[in-house]
Amino acid sequence: MFVRGLKRKCFDGEEDIEGTLAGIKAIPSYNLQRQSLLDMSLVKLQLCHMLVEPNLCRSVLIANTVRQIQEEMTQDGTWQMINTQSTGQASLDRLVSTDILCRSSREQAEGKHVPGYSAFSKDFEGDQAQDSSETMSTGSSVQAPRNLQSDVWEMENPQENKGNFQKSLDQIFETLENKSPNSVEDLFSEVDNSYYDLDTMLTGMMSNTKMGHCDGLETFSSPTTTTSNSNCKSDLNELDHIVEILVES
Amino acid sequence: FLGAGGGNDIQWCFSQVKGAVDDDVAEADIISTVEFNHSGELLATGDKGGRVVIFQQEQENKIQSHSRGEYNVYSTFQSHEPEFDYLKSLEIEEKINKIRWLPQKNAAQFLLSTNDKTIKLWKISERDKRPEGYNLKEEDGRYRDPTTVTTLRVPVFRPMDLMVEASPRRIFANAHTYHINSISINSDYETYLSADDLRINLWHLEITDRSFNIVDIKPANMEELTEVITAAEFHPNSCNTFVYSSSKGTIRLCDMRASALCDRHSKLFEEPEDPSNRSFFSEIISSISDVKFSHSGRYMMTRDYLSVKIWDLNMENRPVETYQVHEYLRSKLCSLYENDCIFDKFECCWNGSDRQVQLCSGIVMTGSYNNFFRMFDRNTKRDITLEASRENNKPRTVLKPRKVCASGKRKKDEISVDSLDFNKKILHTAWHPKENIIAVATTNNLYIFQDKMN
Repeated sequence: MFVRGLKRKCFDGEEDIEGTLAGIKAIPSYNLQRQSLLDMSLVKLQLCHMLVEPNLCRSVLIANTVRQIQEEMTQDGTWQMINTQSTGQASLDRLVSTDILCRSSREQAEGKHVPGYSAFSKDFEGDQAQDSSETMSTGSSVQAPRNLQSDVWEMENPQENKGNFQKSLDQIFETLENKSPNSVEDLFSEVDNSYYDLDTMLTGMMSNTKMGHCDGLETFSSPTTTTSNSNCKSDLNELDHIVEILVES
Repeated sequence: FLGAGGGNDIQWCFSQVKGAVDDDVAEADIISTVEFNHSGELLATGDKGGRVVIFQQEQENKIQSHSRGEYNVYSTFQSHEPEFDYLKSLEIEEKINKIRWLPQKNAAQFLLSTNDKTIKLWKISERDKRPEGYNLKEEDGRYRDPTTVTTLRVPVFRPMDLMVEASPRRIFANAHTYHINSISINSDYETYLSADDLRINLWHLEITDRSFNIVDIKPANMEELTEVITAAEFHPNSCNTFVYSSSKGTIRLCDMRASALCDRHSKLFEEPEDPSNRSFFSEIISSISDVKFSHSGRYMMTRDYLSVKIWDLNMENRPVETYQVHEYLRSKLCSLYENDCIFDKFECCWNGSDRQVQLCSGIVMTGSYNNFFRMFDRNTKRDITLEASRENNKPRTVLKPRKVCASGKRKKDEISVDSLDFNKKILHTAWHPKENIIAVATTNNLYIFQDKMN
């Protein structure tokens, strides 16, 4: 029966956490949940570039969720500033990385079955819920392994990088890692409406431009009214465990 | 139940089920829309493979007057084909998003069907006679040598086996950049609207090369996009009024007389958020997946992820009634987000437009998971959960109500939340306009239930 994540333990603010002060016991748990949700959302956005045009409503809702989380994290001051290399190269990395992601997942779609995000989480479905304390301690080290994941893909031959799905996910997290706090990738392809005046039967003009095009960086639009720091009481899965598996593979 | 007021609850019985029996669902067979025509005699379904199947109700058997006519296949045709957008390098799905019937004006039936990009007007007509006895043609169509014709005769119509033909009469294309989610025929029966994620267009049924844009919420900079249109419908009586719903849980009522571009709403319906229920998923679950006017036009119903709301058009700041469809899912939102179920778009519908019950409320119906569907009686405030399953397929046996156990001890016959099958979702339901007959679509099967007469 199809029940994702329901068997996982729910993070509870009141759970005992090793090595943390009693006063801030609840906070790492909430932060971890929030981070997991953010990561999950970003993965969802990346993976929606398939053969058929992604559902715009879904993309918008996920993007809004991402924005909400990022705003809250910025407010909390928990957003980590990650130092990248020179901005020029960093932005190029970002552009290329997402393009490769989209291309490789597209090529996968043409060649073989693309597992899609659902399969991705299915892989972890098999793992039973870990001990919460064990998870908590690995949680804090999640950021570090990502940094170590520097086996960057070969940018010289993106076509050859028909990476398997696992590798694409590595790349996603690489991308996540390099985000600067005030940018969100452009998720919505801008469509030039003038094209629609042309006869669409333009064979041989299969442009690559719209394959999950993620143009440039985007600064946050004006912040919406922030939510009060209410606890997210929903059942969040132990995605730190997922990340751990990803990172190690 | 056709009398006004409560007292007689409807007893729903299984009537028929259409579709493949095996568990392996072919993707093309996934039902994507269900709609009765205005008389209820015809029931149309659209599927992911771009096909439309129309069922016709048999004439009531006078001898067996306790059961209403069965629905049998009347016509099947390929409405839309998959296309490829070369400029965007993307496929255009042939999936039928919506079907809407036109009221019948002559012997033929007309319906609008749409996929993501193109709306088509189909004419469905019957042919039960054909001309025979041509002078210059043989019966098989070959031409006769004129020199062999010695006498002349007048061709006559002779009966033939009934043939139902569907032909596309109009194709309304190239007006939508984004995916069409709704079509709605105006009460003038001459125009209709089509809505995509960001725009709503007004068409005349006779004119295919032109449409008027009446709503445009596309921001100048797409990166600023935070809200999309999710559904739209014309008012049943006022031909100048329509509503559209958004992914942020708002409904806007617009009057086309106010301006050519109805970007400024006449009314904005929005319920203030409940701060105690706030989470990162609040916005997603507030996104409205369907909006339907009541037959009188006084109320409208909206469906969001967890609830059905009834709005009085005269009151914008909150709904007059809210019905919880599956509140037990609120604690599972993160999992449902992870597996994308939180983005499922459930539809809702009103009961038939019997004139006597028109003034007082009625019953509303919507789907849920595990092949459950729910009905809420606005009069009695009672609700019921039923299941569309082949296990209950004994005609004239009343369906057993189902119950989901949210927490605590599970009683006998209850099903626990963790046992629900989220792959079995009922997104599309329809209610016969005049009788208590309902059509409920599971993934690839269509169930027809009717109330137990006598």
